[in-house]
Amino acid sequence: MSQSADKIIDHEMLFREPEYKDLLSRKKAHEFNHSDDKIKSVVEWTKTEDYKQKNFARDSLAVNPAKACQPLGAVYVANGFAKTLSFVHGSQGCVSYYRSHFSRHFKEPTSCVSSSMTEDAAVFGGLNNMVDGLANAYSLYKPDMIAVSTTCMAEVIGDDVDAFIKTSKQKGSIPEEFDVPFAHTPAFVGSHITGYDNALLGVLKHFWDGKAKTTEPLVRVPNDSINFIGGFDGFVVGNMKEIRRIFDLFGVKVNIICDPSGSWNTPTDGEFRMYAGGTTKEEVVAALHAKATIVFQEYCCEKTTKFIAEHGQEVVTLNAPIGVAGTDKFLMEISRLTGKPIPAQLEKERGELVDAMADSQAHLHGKRFALYGDPDQLLGYAAYLMELGAEPAHVLATNGSEPWAAKVQALFDSSPYGKGCKVYPKRDLWHLRSLLFTEPVDFIIGNTYGKFLERDTKTPLVRMVFPIFDRHHYHRYPTWGYEGGLRVLVMLLDEFFEALDGNTMDIGKTDYSYDIIR
Amino acid sequence: MTATVEERKATNKALIDEVLKAYPEKMAKRRAKHLGTFEEGKPDCGVKSNIKSLPGVMTIRGCAYAGSKGVVWGPIKDMVHISHGPVGCGQYSWAARRNYYIGTTGIDTFVTMQFTSDFQEKDIVFGGDKKLDKIIDEIQELFPLNKGISIQSECPIGLIGDDIEAVSKKKSKELDGKTIVPVRCEGFRGVSQSLGHHLANDAIRDWVFDRTDPNKHPEFVSTPYDVAIIGDYNIGGDAWSSRILLEEMGLRVISQWSGDGTIAEIENTPKAKLNVLHCYRSMNYISRHMEEKYGIPWVEYNFFGPSMIEKSLREIAAHFDDTIKAKAEEVIAKYKPLMQAVIDKYKPRLEGKTVMLYIGGLRPRHVIGAYEDLGMVVVGTGYEFGHNDDYQRTTHYIKDATLIYDDVTGYEFEHFVDKVKPDLVGSGIKEKYVFQKMGVPFRQMHSWDYSGPYHGYDGFAIFARDMDMAISSPVWGLTKAPWKA
Repeated sequence: MSQSADKIIDHEMLFREPEYKDLLSRKKAHEFNHSDDKIKSVVEWTKTEDYKQKNFARDSLAVNPAKACQPLGAVYVANGFAKTLSFVHGSQGCVSYYRSHFSRHFKEPTSCVSSSMTEDAAVFGGLNNMVDGLANAYSLYKPDMIAVSTTCMAEVIGDDVDAFIKTSKQKGSIPEEFDVPFAHTPAFVGSHITGYDNALLGVLKHFWDGKAKTTEPLVRVPNDSINFIGGFDGFVVGNMKEIRRIFDLFGVKVNIICDPSGSWNTPTDGEFRMYAGGTTKEEVVAALHAKATIVFQEYCCEKTTKFIAEHGQEVVTLNAPIGVAGTDKFLMEISRLTGKPIPAQLEKERGELVDAMADSQAHLHGKRFALYGDPDQLLGYAAYLMELGAEPAHVLATNGSEPWAAKVQALFDSSPYGKGCKVYPKRDLWHLRSLLFTEPVDFIIGNTYGKFLERDTKTPLVRMVFPIFDRHHYHRYPTWGYEGGLRVLVMLLDEFFEALDGNTMDIGKTDYSYDIIR
Repeated sequence: MTATVEERKATNKALIDEVLKAYPEKMAKRRAKHLGTFEEGKPDCGVKSNIKSLPGVMTIRGCAYAGSKGVVWGPIKDMVHISHGPVGCGQYSWAARRNYYIGTTGIDTFVTMQFTSDFQEKDIVFGGDKKLDKIIDEIQELFPLNKGISIQSECPIGLIGDDIEAVSKKKSKELDGKTIVPVRCEGFRGVSQSLGHHLANDAIRDWVFDRTDPNKHPEFVSTPYDVAIIGDYNIGGDAWSSRILLEEMGLRVISQWSGDGTIAEIENTPKAKLNVLHCYRSMNYISRHMEEKYGIPWVEYNFFGPSMIEKSLREIAAHFDDTIKAKAEEVIAKYKPLMQAVIDKYKPRLEGKTVMLYIGGLRPRHVIGAYEDLGMVVVGTGYEFGHNDDYQRTTHYIKDATLIYDDVTGYEFEHFVDKVKPDLVGSGIKEKYVFQKMGVPFRQMHSWDYSGPYHGYDGFAIFARDMDMAISSPVWGLTKAPWKA
């Protein structure tokens, strides 16, 4: 036997041992699989232009989409507010899934409760589930606020969440004045960024517009502060630190609306903290009076942006700017809005980033990338790639709209490195697989699901998109700001160097190129 | 651990009373029925189970879709499983479960892929049957080597009145009798993953067994030693490290349900001489059916840890002739030195360490023997979706005064661990980081924390290594900063 107490081998190596190789070949006889030749011929066929045409002709089946559903975004939002419990009204399976999805990425607990509607609620409606659910959640978890969103089930049967919350208060589940902002977040509309938008809008509406007609709407008295809304961001732990540091350096009073970076980064010191950090109610109220709001990710906040503008503020919408020009624009907007000059420290960091880019540009220049992820994030990454002289050859967003695609095309047209690059709204990762065979690239920028593409097409993957399950702690570092640009640069370079070294270490065959200085 | 059994029972009762105080009174009364302390000699654990979770309490449970797509059907590798409904359910369960398999993914096997009908608003309004019809055509064109298709219903399907059975029958006919299986595992059905298992089992019965020509695989020649592994999902390779022992015993394993499983194996299972059932909860249904309809006896077995393995090998062998019985003894003898070496290495470090478990439908009892082989003591356990028959079976594994918690809530579990202070907690991903922050070592006992296999003799060595590694990591000595009081 291959196992021993001295050298314990697990799934990585155990099944390569002869006794298991034999076992697996015996098992094959019971599987009645297709012949090896048939399998091989289909493998080859999936790499062809013909397969790609048929693949792109799909109009009903989605395969390996790069998006999630609305309530995931709503849970993200809830966790961005201080001592706020996320409450999803509907089937309980959904909540377990949102929690495990976030926990696998952040390696942190994700608190969220369900109203656990079952078959009888499907028939009679989920009022009792809301009434009991709010009472239980309030008693057990003692939040300062409960943010309610919905699953498909509740949406399809048409539960009136506003009415249910009011009835729950009447029945004494929670105190009359207890804040319960809510949003309808049907999973069959849009994606997780739509859920972010709806949930955030729900919070702002609640505090600014009279708490679902239970108090007077607030009256705006403009002051000099500005608001910042980050959007759905898998790197929020690193990025919010950077954002706060930037505003600190400016000396600007900023209301950061929705900040889950505390909740997803608590220490191991003997105490579990269910709540940590987050935007306070005072900050939400104060945000109404801000001079302007910077929305860092346009497509995460379309409704919220309109709402804030209607309340009299200037709203600056960005598309997750990354790299030099993008960050320049962000900082210049802060400067314009606040009248404060760009801090010397940030100017220094800009110079340091440009310096790093100059040092390393030769290695990334002309390299072709395929990237997929959320619409704003892709605009940010594509722009930065072009600053490095690299080509964002395939830009794919399953939850990208036609207007977004037009924006990407305009970005391509603005640089010689965008020539021949293509944008793919509403496509999935099985579409991308075809593209990687018919129009290969040097690197993929994506999330953990991209590892299947790396395996199938041997194109190296750089993990810079949510979710990342199979690498640890990336989310603790920024991708925004000049500091973030530097981190992104290093990630791109590391992958390049790994690939180059891996390709040049065949002893006596290719290792003449195995340089010690690159 | 110097407290007497009576003292521990009293402590547990006080703990439960404390925890119930946090609930509104009406709810406390209901939760009280799910929390208790085991009394030796009783036929079950004295708790209610398999009923609705209370709203808003942070249950750890999932839904019927998870039980069907995630657990039973998803691992069947040469079929395409459509997550029928909006994108979320399929997305969050995409390749998340470590049901290992061999195959060329995307070509002849499809387990780690996300196939979905990505329901939009118009599909809710106008229905999704036409879309499903087209989807089946698209699957046939782009994944021509698929051996069958299953339709895993998400919540909206059952609410809008789609007729996935009609679509399945129509397409199956069009495609010359292809296996197309509609499964009504909408998430709002039942109270947990459990009903999903049951629905999934029934769908195999109705849409595979009852529709398969018994002579579909004429090349298959029976032997008197044919067995099927039922209810092993090959997490980290568990079914392989189990299969090897059955083969060494002289048996021929003709089918794995459903880790690394194929539709052909499922179709041939009615020819087995014996079904060996590991996960009772998720596959007792089809085991009972196969006994009733095909006369195949089934035996529950346990491959966690040498004590249980030895017992199980003998029990399985008892169904066969003297050759098999003798071979079983040879297998037991062969692995004794490895087991002794593992125990000699790890038991001294783990002896007396206490464990609290909270897992799904089998492992809350089934792994206890493995812990005890290492001298560890399970002081608390509970099931997400176990039924009363699981709690009955548990009485044969647990000691007097074991704390029992059914469908435990986040609040309760945190409170119990905080007070009981076990040396190790074994539960899931949603619990792991909570308890580690409290300074309590933790191992995921659904996913094996990305390790495994844990089944069989080879698996026990890995299990022992991992439990030791978790408890003895230097990090636990670092949680209190030296300048803190």
